[in-house]
Amino acid sequence: MSAERLPLLKAAYVVARRDFVAILFSRAFFFFLLGPLFPIAVFALAGSIGQRVDSATASPQLGVAMQASDVDAILGAQERLRGSLGPAIPEMTVLVRLAEGETYDPNEVLARREGNLAAVLTGTLSSPELTVTEGWAWWSGPVGVLAAEAQDASRAYPTVRTVTVATSGASEHRARLRTAQAGQLLLFLLTMLLAGMVLSNLVEEKANKVIEILAAAIPMDAVFLGKLFAMLAISLVGITVWATVIGGLIGLSGFESLSSGAVDLSNLPAPGVGWPGFVLLGIAYFAMGYLLLGSIFLAVGSLASTVREVQTLSMPVTMMQVLLFFFASMAISETGKPIEWAAMAFPLSSPFAMLARAAQHGSLWPHALALAWQFVWVFLFIRLGAALFRKRVMKSGPQGVRRKRKLAALALAPFAKRT
Amino acid sequence: MGLGDGGGMGNLAIEARGLVKRFDGALAVDGVDLAVPEGAIYGVLGPNGAGKTTTLRMLLGIIDPDKGERRVLGRADPQEIASQIGYLPEERGLYPSMKAFEAIAFMGALRGLPLAEGRRRGRDLLETNGLGYAADRQIRQLSKGMAQQVQLLGTLVHSPRLVVLDEPFAGLDAINQGKLERLIRDLAAAGTTVIFSTHVISHAERLCDNVAIIAGGKVPYAGSVDAARDRIRPQVRLETRHRDGPWRSALPAAARLEGNFWQFPLPESGVEPLLRALIEGDAGILSLSIERAGLHDAFVAIAGEAAAQALEAEREVAS
Repeated sequence: MSAERLPLLKAAYVVARRDFVAILFSRAFFFFLLGPLFPIAVFALAGSIGQRVDSATASPQLGVAMQASDVDAILGAQERLRGSLGPAIPEMTVLVRLAEGETYDPNEVLARREGNLAAVLTGTLSSPELTVTEGWAWWSGPVGVLAAEAQDASRAYPTVRTVTVATSGASEHRARLRTAQAGQLLLFLLTMLLAGMVLSNLVEEKANKVIEILAAAIPMDAVFLGKLFAMLAISLVGITVWATVIGGLIGLSGFESLSSGAVDLSNLPAPGVGWPGFVLLGIAYFAMGYLLLGSIFLAVGSLASTVREVQTLSMPVTMMQVLLFFFASMAISETGKPIEWAAMAFPLSSPFAMLARAAQHGSLWPHALALAWQFVWVFLFIRLGAALFRKRVMKSGPQGVRRKRKLAALALAPFAKRT
Repeated sequence: MGLGDGGGMGNLAIEARGLVKRFDGALAVDGVDLAVPEGAIYGVLGPNGAGKTTTLRMLLGIIDPDKGERRVLGRADPQEIASQIGYLPEERGLYPSMKAFEAIAFMGALRGLPLAEGRRRGRDLLETNGLGYAADRQIRQLSKGMAQQVQLLGTLVHSPRLVVLDEPFAGLDAINQGKLERLIRDLAAAGTTVIFSTHVISHAERLCDNVAIIAGGKVPYAGSVDAARDRIRPQVRLETRHRDGPWRSALPAAARLEGNFWQFPLPESGVEPLLRALIEGDAGILSLSIERAGLHDAFVAIAGEAAAQALEAEREVAS
């Protein structure tokens, strides 16, 4: 056994190991695993995901560019089949009613990506042609059914000639914005959830009176580090569980069936830094974002002694984080402008802004710089938080001291007079 | 002379001079001096709010003094030698979901004891202290007294050179208080320095070689228990056959009659001139005893009657 004291990192490891095991085998971890479902459900219900990127998440549409009679017939077929086939029938929008002999270039309209077109139907009812962007070729089936219904339900399904076109530059950009926004949202949810958990964990420790034992034995920085990294490790376990479950479901049933065809991974363009880089940077920015927010929450924890006080004190921090999230979200569409630079430079919004940048741009050096910058702030926040914690956590408090003094004053009056 | 220069006090486990601590302007500790010899059992005696806990926390480096110097086991920063110190805080605390032996091992791990060794020692300590049956129980399943004992064992699991106990007897029943007293004596016998705070004078009187009386954030007395008791002259208790006579003039002016007994402080001149005057004055001595003052009397004399009453009131509340 060392004759002096545990080094900082070893002491942090002792705290982290205890916290990790305790949380992993607690009900809190179960709720942590379920946690992301609730906000996702709320966002999904509110229909607010992706509103900033206009039509990015609206239902994909099938554009129709056929002769007027065919257009009317196929719209009628859609109307008749909607009741029985439901969402399998694509939403349709009439692009143009062609005159006799008039032609139409579906590639050109798809390249413009106005509206939310995923495919364009041309040709005739007996010989339909479907020009689709990547991932929507499966619409050839419903289109065949529609074309048959539009002619005569008893006839055989016509063969649908399908032409797949590469996703246009505009749609790729929009998809990357979508990736950036989804990444930011995931980052925000995870950091908020974890920072709240680490704060509850600390307050519980204060309530258990264990904190004084820790403070007497190891540096408060080690307590902070241990708690932060224990929760980080817990979150990585959670993410691994989620990834395994989702990966398993995809492996078993395929992504399209899992998402009812609404999402197709193969249709998503690679982020600017590529998928592996994006995932790695996502984990790094998640770690930094969590450590930054967690250290602030721990400092807040030093000011509070009850759960109620924690709720009161953490509210402004939570609101601030929401504002910073919106700030970073705004920066997504302002690439290269001062607002993006500000979002990247401000420590608490930097992880969000940089993740969005990783989705949109390929260069890696800004990320190295940003991670170093964020690390400096993590270090400062932990040191400041630990100092504040040490200063405040182990005192009786002004009211406590005064109250005790008042009670003791009567008892000690004779001694006070002598001195 | 700075701390650690010795000052003719031999080896000191703890030396503190002029410790001052304020909390938001309120003075909690006001110039405390302490000198705790190595291997001693040292008591810090005072009522609640006197500054005992704040003083101990400063000695442990949990908080830093605003002024003053401290030296613990030869180091100015007590946290540098944390692995040689064991600390039982006044506010007991353990993780409720931890098993008893794991809690002891965890406390050892914080002080640098390898976890596996801590687990082994934890089970051994529980066994030898009659709590072996509770080793695998969660802390939340133990009684308050048992949990307190587990925490005490966790304080000792890494075999510290210095043990600091803040109100260790609080919350223990009489049997466990006796066990704790024996444990403290055993620790001291093995060369461990033990410093504890208490508001129960009898514990300090029975256990301590030295005490610091603390009141209002100051230490009006720090030294040996004997020297504290010697501050008050021994009390003479006299019973005579005759109520009156020329021998009465030999009694000091402070003598008072309580029942059949005269009580007064032993005169400066000693007992022989008094005895001679009583015999020559035909007092008819039935009994005469000279009683040395107790620590309680010393406390009253040093800290005041009201402080002693506060201690007594706290003791009654605690029991």
